[in-house]
Amino acid sequence: MSGTDITKTKKPAKIKKDNHINIPLTIVLFIGCLTVIFPLYMTVIIALKSPAEMTNDAMGALSFPKTFSLDNFAEAMRVTNFGTSLLNSVIITGATILLALIIHSMAGYAIGRAMTRHKSFKFIYFYIVSGMFVPFAILMMPLVKQTAILGIDNMFGVIILYVVFYMPMNIMLYSGYLKNIPLAMEEAASIDGASTWRTYWTIIFPMMKPMHATVAVLTALGTWNDVMTPLVIMSGSENTTLPLAQLNFQTQFGTNYNLAFASYLLALIPILIFYIFCQKQIIGGIANGAVKG
Amino acid sequence: MKHKLSSRTKTYIVMILPALILFVAFNTIPLITGAFYSFTNYRGYGSYEFVGLRNYIDLFQDARVGQSYLFTFKYAIAGTVLVNLISLLLAMGLNSKIKAKGFLRGMYFVPNVLGGLVVGYIFSFLFTYIIPTLGNALNIEFLKNSILASEDWAWVGVLIVGVWQSVAMNTIIYISGLQTIPADIYEASSIDGANKWQTFTKLTLPMLVPFLSINLVLSTKNMLMVFDQIVSLTKGGPSQSTESISYLIYRNGMDGGQFGFQSANAVLFFVVIVTISVIQMKMTSKKEEQL
Repeated sequence: MSGTDITKTKKPAKIKKDNHINIPLTIVLFIGCLTVIFPLYMTVIIALKSPAEMTNDAMGALSFPKTFSLDNFAEAMRVTNFGTSLLNSVIITGATILLALIIHSMAGYAIGRAMTRHKSFKFIYFYIVSGMFVPFAILMMPLVKQTAILGIDNMFGVIILYVVFYMPMNIMLYSGYLKNIPLAMEEAASIDGASTWRTYWTIIFPMMKPMHATVAVLTALGTWNDVMTPLVIMSGSENTTLPLAQLNFQTQFGTNYNLAFASYLLALIPILIFYIFCQKQIIGGIANGAVKG
Repeated sequence: MKHKLSSRTKTYIVMILPALILFVAFNTIPLITGAFYSFTNYRGYGSYEFVGLRNYIDLFQDARVGQSYLFTFKYAIAGTVLVNLISLLLAMGLNSKIKAKGFLRGMYFVPNVLGGLVVGYIFSFLFTYIIPTLGNALNIEFLKNSILASEDWAWVGVLIVGVWQSVAMNTIIYISGLQTIPADIYEASSIDGANKWQTFTKLTLPMLVPFLSINLVLSTKNMLMVFDQIVSLTKGGPSQSTESISYLIYRNGMDGGQFGFQSANAVLFFVVIVTISVIQMKMTSKKEEQL
């Protein structure tokens, strides 16, 4: 990406005339886009090509296939148990998000509201948030033992672990967001006789909707693509997640790159579709998280 | 009133309990267990005994551990600098008056939603087959062999993939930072006769410090924990030149019978990450105060 041009050409356009569109910069940015498009183009082309047409060099790999073949996809689905691993990934990510929205928002609310009056809640806040700096590497080996002892060295265990791993960030986001919600709402409800518990679920929880979106997006992106946790926790079980299947079946692809790339593409498609439909929420969610965090 | 308050506090305690129990059970307890094993010669199975600080002393004399720290730091420093430089420029570009702004922002963000492992496999093919044919065609000696096969340059291959994936997230954060700067400040500075460079260093950059701080801490931490890309690109090779700390702990701690020793390594790694993050936050918060 040619960077310096961007700084040079950007400012005058902005300072002098506000409605003047910067054409050279637009072109530079479109060219820069190729760094993103090219690897994806290569993946699609190789995945669609029959092994007979494929050679392992620039021309053989990148040229347009004469006939589009979907055989690779059918074969890849069979080899990697695509259906099962997709379902597992959906279950793990879905359950993690659901639990995060309930457990983390509740804890974030309690901490955010009680922190000012009770020292112990403030302590708990810093205790949990500091978990952000604990690398997975240090927890990995003890957790493998611990989940095996508890009999949760499976998808359920992975879900529980994700709920714990994303807890520091999510609680920070929720309790931070709470500052935007005036206390008066709850006080009014409490005068009307509603319990704190009821007030939370009927009034506050729905009001935190923008933060739910941010939490869901950040948690989803992290868990969907994670390899390390299922790799070490679920290694005993036959179940795999979508990314883990790519690792486990690497040897079966052998030198058949068309098959391998069809499988990679299959692994990428669900999240790409999700991204295309929820692009605004995803990008907005991340920006929101950065500003509030 | 007093009674009311205490029933409310009770509810708060109930609300926080599930999170707290899970956190203690699956973060604090394994953390303590890991620290405990770091003082033993446990192999991951069978019996073990206490060895005091033996593992920690050995850590500093182990060539393979030293190599992994060297690689991880080289990778994290180069990666953090590159990612922040590129994403800052990209954010300024994407935040100015351009055509197809939404499309471009959307495109540049794509690498971030893709999984590191699969991206690694795709780039592995690119480095192994596509770039060398290009090198041969253009007769550039350096590109003729796969970068991943070279002991000296394989880390750059891993770095390219790491940067390719991380730029997107930081760009979004910088864009949201740029949007907090009011436009009239720029007008004022142009009336005062500031040139573009002055505007950038005296105005844009200082206003971005909080976002720079988030981005630095975020990308350093992510880069230090590099794992997926190593698995799919190099498996730590050639001759352990790209073995990251996380990868070494995984490989030798899980399968290599070094549970105790690698636990010590993990504790050290934890201390290193905390220290670096604290220093970074201290430095950037000082910068913020000065303004």
